[in-house]
Amino acid sequence: MAQTTTLREAIAALVHDGSVLAMEGFTHLIPFAAGHEVIRQGRKNLTLIRMTPDLIYDQMIGMGCASRLVFSWGGNPGVGSLHRFRDAIQNSWPAPLAIEEHSHADMAARYQAGASGLPFAVLRGYVGSDIPKYNPSNSSVTCPFTGEVLAATRALTPDVAIIHAQKADRKGNVLIQGITGIQKEAVLASKKAIVTVEEIVDHLEAPMNSCVLPSWVVSYVCEVPGGAFPSYAHGYYSRDNAFCKAWDGISRDRETFLAWMREHVLNTEDFAEFRRSLNRAAEAQFG
Amino acid sequence: MADLAYTSNEIMTIAAARRLADGMVCFVGIGMPSAAANLARSLHAPEVVLIYESGTIGAKPTVLPLSIGDGELAETADAVVSVPEIFRYWLQAGRVDVGFLGAAQIDKFGNINTTMIGGTYASPQVRLPGAGGAPEIATASKEVWIILKQNKRTFVESLHFVTSAGHQPGAPGTAIRGRGPTVVITDLGVLTPDPETMEFTLSALHPGVTVEQARAATGWELKVALHLETTPDPTPAELAALRDLYARTEAAHGSASTEG
Repeated sequence: MAQTTTLREAIAALVHDGSVLAMEGFTHLIPFAAGHEVIRQGRKNLTLIRMTPDLIYDQMIGMGCASRLVFSWGGNPGVGSLHRFRDAIQNSWPAPLAIEEHSHADMAARYQAGASGLPFAVLRGYVGSDIPKYNPSNSSVTCPFTGEVLAATRALTPDVAIIHAQKADRKGNVLIQGITGIQKEAVLASKKAIVTVEEIVDHLEAPMNSCVLPSWVVSYVCEVPGGAFPSYAHGYYSRDNAFCKAWDGISRDRETFLAWMREHVLNTEDFAEFRRSLNRAAEAQFG
Repeated sequence: MADLAYTSNEIMTIAAARRLADGMVCFVGIGMPSAAANLARSLHAPEVVLIYESGTIGAKPTVLPLSIGDGELAETADAVVSVPEIFRYWLQAGRVDVGFLGAAQIDKFGNINTTMIGGTYASPQVRLPGAGGAPEIATASKEVWIILKQNKRTFVESLHFVTSAGHQPGAPGTAIRGRGPTVVITDLGVLTPDPETMEFTLSALHPGVTVEQARAATGWELKVALHLETTPDPTPAELAALRDLYARTEAAHGSASTEG
């Protein structure tokens, strides 16, 4: 049964220095609030897994939380580069970052294998690509029935999965709607899971066949309204495209980035105060 | 008579859109492929099926998505499925007619680099975003179209890193399942593979562009097809539809997502 608690308590309980962490949300329902809490708690030496390490991993990498990144596409969607991600790989700032990269199809297969309790997955992947040459988690396997050589990829079994969803009920059953991405597989592949939600309700009222994670596969549920900002939560709020564009300027320079993170993340108590801090800064700028 | 002045970006997008036939199933990359595919949907191909890797099948957005997972893609889709499902059941199983990709760099056989440039893999001069869905889109689609601007930085003799495979003549064991890349559409013209060598060859120029300009923008010795065609000028309807699409996108997002 999932425990309902604060995000601070959930992160403190499950995320430790050196943990292998999968924070998922495929352009939708990105767990920003949880990422900020990991940064506030000063976690180091994490292995960060994410198909699309966008702004939230850029922030965590730039704040020195990670020593290793497992991913398939690292950019600011529709905007351009992730500057902290690039600075870490190209210049080892603020610390060296080992990378292990895959394709989306491969990462999805790795999570499925983990969720299925299998040691590896098979896909018809990477034909003619250089990626497997640099990647210890990729190999090949020969089909025992047809002789076809296929890509084999090691299962992902993170210590902790963290996702954001629209709703949980008071027992901790979680409902995800809209683009569900890889979140179900990430939770089921991981040893523990934290789910932040827009709201905790008396009755989930989940339509039949919808994506529901039963309470007993979730460790902690934390109510964090707006917790996917600046990404979006379908049915609650849309993405803040202006913030995603502004991030390009904030993150380009190391000192500007650090000052922003200190002011808005390290010096705030929680995500609600982070949002107030951003609003104050916007008011000061635009009067 | 409408003013038919147009930019090289516009003719590139329109030339790509014209190729998409109604009813085709197209796995769409973000940026220019998405712009061209949605332009086609608003003109001659209302029943084209657009698949985005976020799991949206049959998406019908009114504005260009800023990311492959915008909410409007889900709201307008015939079906929204998980990421593993989109790659396994829909792409890998061979249900996609056209994989439509952008690229940072391309070589003469249509191999694509979106990973890194210069230095070593572990310590590159320029780190690019990486593969995304492209390695499997490039090899599991029945054919692949590539759209990118043509210059010596993007059209190179040899790639630092092959992220997604094109034709690899002479490399055993790398046979791709479909026809591989069948066309490269640029801001200068159109390249198609020579049927014997599979080398991408200039087969059409956009109006006003010369062979010399195309050669000067290519990092390999660009060959020219025997029958070099000229892309027809955009029609007033095509230009109006494209500009309207960008204007709606601008109003919705604050800027048009023409790059990706």
